[in-house]
Amino acid sequence: MNRITARLAGLQEKKEKALALFITAGFPNLHDTPSIILEAENGGADLVEIGMPFSDPLADGPVIQHSSARALRNGVTLKHIFRQAGELRRHSEIPIILMGYMNPILSYGLERFLAHAGESGVDGLILPEVPLEETPRFASQIRRHELAQILMVTPTTPLSRQRMIDQASTGFLYCVSATGVTGKRSKHPDFGYVGRVKQRAKKNPVLVGFGIRNREDVRRFSSVSDGVIVGSACIEFLEKNGKRNFGRWVRSLKQA
Amino acid sequence: MTRTHRHAGYHAPDARGYYGAYGGRFVPETLIASLDELEKIFRAAQRDSSFKQEYLSLLHSFAGRPTALTFAERLTRHYKRGRIYLKREDLCHTGAHKINNTIGQVLLAKRAGKTRVVAETGAGQHGVATATVAAKLGLECVVFMGQKDCERQKLNVRRMKMLGATVIPVTAGAATLKDATSEAIRNWVTNVGSTFYVLGSVVGPHPYPLIVRTFQSVIGNETRRQLRKLTGRTPSHLVACVGGGSNSIGMFYPFFADKVTMIGVEGGGKGIRTGKHAATLSKGRPGILHGSMSYVLQDDFGQVLEAHSISAGLDYPGVGPEHSYWKDLKRVTYVSVTDRQAVEAAHRLTRLEGIIPALETAHAIAHLESLMPRTRVDDIVVICLSGRGDKDMDSYAAFADAARRKQ
Ligand SMILES: Cc1ncc(COP(=O)(O)O)c(C=O)c1O
Repeated sequence: MNRITARLAGLQEKKEKALALFITAGFPNLHDTPSIILEAENGGADLVEIGMPFSDPLADGPVIQHSSARALRNGVTLKHIFRQAGELRRHSEIPIILMGYMNPILSYGLERFLAHAGESGVDGLILPEVPLEETPRFASQIRRHELAQILMVTPTTPLSRQRMIDQASTGFLYCVSATGVTGKRSKHPDFGYVGRVKQRAKKNPVLVGFGIRNREDVRRFSSVSDGVIVGSACIEFLEKNGKRNFGRWVRSLKQA
Repeated sequence: MTRTHRHAGYHAPDARGYYGAYGGRFVPETLIASLDELEKIFRAAQRDSSFKQEYLSLLHSFAGRPTALTFAERLTRHYKRGRIYLKREDLCHTGAHKINNTIGQVLLAKRAGKTRVVAETGAGQHGVATATVAAKLGLECVVFMGQKDCERQKLNVRRMKMLGATVIPVTAGAATLKDATSEAIRNWVTNVGSTFYVLGSVVGPHPYPLIVRTFQSVIGNETRRQLRKLTGRTPSHLVACVGGGSNSIGMFYPFFADKVTMIGVEGGGKGIRTGKHAATLSKGRPGILHGSMSYVLQDDFGQVLEAHSISAGLDYPGVGPEHSYWKDLKRVTYVSVTDRQAVEAAHRLTRLEGIIPALETAHAIAHLESLMPRTRVDDIVVICLSGRGDKDMDSYAAFADAARRKQ
């Protein structure tokens, strides 16, 4: 069984909510990523999304944009990312999900990208600019490499479409908390919407992301879903404090 | 509204918005419902005679169409070959072809019940055209513009502000059109409920390239009628500059099935071997930028490169998916000219024809230098004179100063 599915099933059995973290590869320094993730795992993180930096991240707010730009200035490439994933895999069984934009992947070569991802112990992909209609182009190849392809639903997704997205998604269903880019915080978080997504998701566990920043957010969004994804807040923490106490901060979220 | 042409054997885009291998919809899920709705509204509008009437009436009574087709007598004599005609989009209200599209899209925004429009702009012409129609039809307007472009196209920033638009300078990246477009899309994702995105060229996710092609086709359709009246013939050559590719598609598409040579001219910057250029179709590779599969200027790792052009409207590392398709089909030839060649051509046109062109347009005119010696006397070359040069007076002066200092 795919590590993502196994991990989420294990948590469900324990009636525990999942905490997934998003970390930009090569940020703050080129070689920081594996140790940051190990630190997070010690703090109780259940899954990790590694952001593959792109020059023009359409779905990202200022925090992740800046971290991506900095990582690119640090010289990060897909080769580094596979090496880092491989290193992480030697020390840990944490599910690893790569998240990013298509252009660098197509430039690397889709087949080569998927092969190298599989070989480095990556378990799944999130491609935020590839909506349901465009997934058939890539789906069979991704499946052949036994990678999960995690799709997103948002507050603008119609009901019937949400069912199709749930069916097409593997690993989990990514519920985007509000319309907007990453890091955006909805003034009036719509827990009702998240609850409805969870209720209708027949196939996949539902993890909520975008704008989840602190213990209160974690607690409230987890209560209506199977867990949360924390991204921009991690980047901000690392920006301010470096790796120091990152594990402790993650623990405080996990114990929210 | 101009009819959607159906040329024998040419049916692009397909139902999913593909032009051959290019196009599609590569945007966050949040936008899909909006794009579906936009497509529905657009298709309904095409069948609705009241929409068509309103659109045509605004083109006529507000934008000043039809624009003239001018015989360039002294320029023709200068080259001593085929005859040169200029399709005068510079005579449109606001000074460029961009308003053909913004009238159409802002009318669609009203149909969609939106109260706010956002737009990206490079040279500022699309921003001005959007702000103008938003003022006329009573919508709130926000325009994203790269900081560098705000400086080099200052006049247009002032115009947009006077028209009541909010201009938001974008400082990310190279602070030019690519970055303004990314920011406009992010703003749209965030405010998708209230906001209509008025896209300024034949780029972006389906159905935008189709919508912009449809509204800009008025250029080619008028040209055909006018040229037939003046000469009884169809053109032998069509030349237009290519930024995202809207004035060129508007000129070329209605002639797609005719026996005519079509040439798109990209921004060659300091020269396409220097790495400092905006020649996406000549030097790019297929990839995904701003919502569709198309040629993209990118490095070995698939990171998008900064484009370089003296012309803010051509300074873009992407291009429309249909142009990518036409390049592969070899239906259109894509070439580039340098900043210097464009500026020289602008001066030549001004002195010989009494028309100061926009810097973007000057690129199309510069290509005459290599094209005209290869034409025959009975050839008819039509140039899309996409815009006027008022906005570029500072840039023309700065270029002359720099050249003088170098001597
Ligand atoms: C006068 C003029 N011509 C051409 C362009 C380039 O755009 P497109 O290739 O979409 O016609 C611009 C864009 O700003 C413009 O202002």
